Amino acid sequence: MKKLLGIFFAALSMVTLAACGAQDSSGESITAVGSSALQPLVEAAAEQYQSDHLGVFINVQGGGSGTGLSQIQQGAVEIGNSDLFAEEKPGIKAKSLVDHRVAVVGITPIVHRGVGVKNLTVTQLRQLFTGEITNWKQVGGKDLPVVVVNRAQGSGTRATFEKWVMNGRQPLAAQEQDSTGMVRSIVASTPGAISYVAFSYVDKTVATLSLAGVAPTEKNVTTNAWPIWSYEHMYTKGQPTGLTHKFLTYMQSEQTQQRLVAKMGYIPMTAMQVARDAQGNVVRK
Amino acid sequence: MDPIKEAMLHRSHSAKLERRGHLISLACISLIVVVVLAIFFFVASRGLATFFTNKINLFTFLTKSTWAPAVKDAHGIPQVGALPMIVGSFGVTFLSAVVATPFAVGAAIFMTEISPNLGKKILQPVIELLVGIPSVVYGFIGLSVIVPVIRTVFGGTGFGILAGTFVLFVMILPTVTSMTVDALKAVPRHYREASLALGGTRWQTISRVVLRAAMPGILTGIVFGMARAFGEALAVQMVIGNAALLPKDLISPASTLTSVLTSGIGNTVMGSLENNALWSLALLLLLMSLAFNLLIRWIGKKGEMK
Amino acid sequence: MSAKAIDKMMTGVLYLIAGIIVLLLAGLLGYILVQGLPHVSWHFLTSPAKSFEAGGGIGIQLFNSFYLLLLSMVISVPLALGAGIYLAEYAKKNWLTDVVRTAIEILSSLPSVVVGLFGFLVFVLQFKFGFSILSGALALTMFNLPLLTRNVEDSLRQVGFTQREAGLALGLSRWETVVHVVIPEALPGILTGMILGAGRVFGEAAALIYTAGQSAPALNFADWNPLHIASPLNPFRPAETLAVHIWKINSEGIQPDAAAVSAGASAVLILAVLAFNLLARWGGNRLYKRMTAG
Repeated sequence: MKKLLGIFFAALSMVTLAACGAQDSSGESITAVGSSALQPLVEAAAEQYQSDHLGVFINVQGGGSGTGLSQIQQGAVEIGNSDLFAEEKPGIKAKSLVDHRVAVVGITPIVHRGVGVKNLTVTQLRQLFTGEITNWKQVGGKDLPVVVVNRAQGSGTRATFEKWVMNGRQPLAAQEQDSTGMVRSIVASTPGAISYVAFSYVDKTVATLSLAGVAPTEKNVTTNAWPIWSYEHMYTKGQPTGLTHKFLTYMQSEQTQQRLVAKMGYIPMTAMQVARDAQGNVVRK
Repeated sequence: MDPIKEAMLHRSHSAKLERRGHLISLACISLIVVVVLAIFFFVASRGLATFFTNKINLFTFLTKSTWAPAVKDAHGIPQVGALPMIVGSFGVTFLSAVVATPFAVGAAIFMTEISPNLGKKILQPVIELLVGIPSVVYGFIGLSVIVPVIRTVFGGTGFGILAGTFVLFVMILPTVTSMTVDALKAVPRHYREASLALGGTRWQTISRVVLRAAMPGILTGIVFGMARAFGEALAVQMVIGNAALLPKDLISPASTLTSVLTSGIGNTVMGSLENNALWSLALLLLLMSLAFNLLIRWIGKKGEMK
Repeated sequence: MSAKAIDKMMTGVLYLIAGIIVLLLAGLLGYILVQGLPHVSWHFLTSPAKSFEAGGGIGIQLFNSFYLLLLSMVISVPLALGAGIYLAEYAKKNWLTDVVRTAIEILSSLPSVVVGLFGFLVFVLQFKFGFSILSGALALTMFNLPLLTRNVEDSLRQVGFTQREAGLALGLSRWETVVHVVIPEALPGILTGMILGAGRVFGEAAALIYTAGQSAPALNFADWNPLHIASPLNPFRPAETLAVHIWKINSEGIQPDAAAVSAGASAVLILAVLAFNLLARWGGNRLYKRMTAG
């Protein structure tokens, strides 16, 4: 027993020592929290940045856009990642935050491979999600009941999809999943299923749909011919300084945009021929 | 001075140790209580904000069946009706307890009465391993094996309370089994001897004496298992479909308090109604586990041997 | 049917139930291993994860899992022992003790995501530990303590009263009796509880996502000074564990081989839990033999 207690206190003192020591030798470190859709990109960029700059540590965590925005608002972290404009999120005072757009993500409807439909109008797509169309044969497909898989309420992807497809209508209450991987595997394995994911998650297990003849491609997003897309934002509280500033500059640099962003399936900011604001107004660049 | 007198006047080494031990253990328990109180206070303060700050009617919260805190209804009141989740949570919890109980009690009897040797060598490690499988893995096996099977056998999408029940059954089996084993072991040996001496067979002894004497302990185990099922999140979320709908049958997508809480919490902003409403669900979970605990205590009191 | 026939039949039924449970586990294990083992190689076990390319491993995650487990056990076991001893030996039988016991049991049925968020707001933000192993270990402690405490208390209670009387009769104080007589006797029970707790800790993801974090920075395995930030022993670095990694690549992973990595990691996780169980059981038996006269 005494031995056990001894070990315990030795370990405790080690931890305390480390606590004091870590502050000294930590070098410079910042933390970015938020959107899980943006997380892989920031992680990869941070990895590269750290290998170029020794003694620099960039922690990238997920947790969702809501977490990212509320933590940056409280000043608890250096960078808050979000799929949405801060203005679009209730409970966030967007005035105090500075927006850094680092990439664009296109979102496409995905369906189970056996539905027999390749193209829909936006109205048909909306009716599928409101529950007015309940069988795929109503839109020229096979005789299969429609199974709607939605994203979690409040998720960035869902907000974007609803903004550009639902036209203010409420989707029917249906399955809700909070992660892209789950949505994709459910759609892949459930006959008649429909949902939506970011372009980079589309693979052979699911089929995409064209909208009124426009295919979900990066090129169509850059011209806004495919309207369902959103910026990936990295918010800071006030103007960034020090390492935060350097890292954000690195994220937005021509080199990162051209190489990393494109390679990972996001659309580079530099490729966009249009710009869009928080209200959804589109201007040609 | 007289050495005996001196020894009597001073506190002995043992008494000092005793005091120290008492204090150390008291400190440990106090720390735990402080942590529990902190969590309770934390969840309650956020969960109650829905009703006090956002002025949602408690009755509406418990009985309405539309869950869309971000959307206002015709009267401008946000739609926070938690009934579908409450029904879903109770549904999977009771069903999984119903399925798990015969297996758990059977396995426990096997381990204590029929073949303690095989039980110790094979069943005990097996049950401990079942605990060690992470819930994420249970979820994926449920998604890739159980859901398709249900879809082919019963039709529908395969997601729903039935799939949740199967996954939870395996997850609570270890809890219920090991607590039933403890209860059976606590039955005094002379009870069994008395029954056997009267000419009872082994099964008569088990069913009419041992099980009856261990009943309060077994019930406690079952309720404990139900409490675990009630709080399980990741695995259930993957197979139940997570749709905030009142379940029509066992194979239509439904949701539980934890599944909605887990999937929504990262997407809401601290302090907003959407966030508070989710904390209200957490508070409901806490209160439910309080209720389960009071039930366990009540069973324990009733079954105390006098 | 005669009583004997019923007895035979029920014995058969019980064998059947035991068999079904063993088969169930065998099926589960078999499924996980068959899916996962083909992807497990020395390279997979030792190399760091890749964020978007194929060919990533789980080396750092594996180390993190063990380190986090160790740290959280170092914190929670002494606490649980102390609290369990108090409840079993010192606590008076009154309403206050009842309230305390109820409070502990409520903590055990809390969904782990709530524990995780509490840990995030308190340890990560309030105490400024950041996303770190320490925050994760503390969150896991909160999640593990109720079960461990309950288990210690139960194990101590099962030790016969005559053992305590013998200790007291020898002139030992109550504390000495507990430490030298009761605990050694209760050790196998306590140990089983710890193994179960460790298994739960090892597989826990939801409580860690917001505390230990989801990133696994590269580690310098030549540097064992816990004060250095790249050292594997530093408790203040963010640490993604194996279970969190499985959760992450399944939810948002864009690696082309995400499914394979996930299956392989699950298999490794199961094997690690298995190895841990066997090791703890073996070590526990030896300890029991040394501490008692057996």
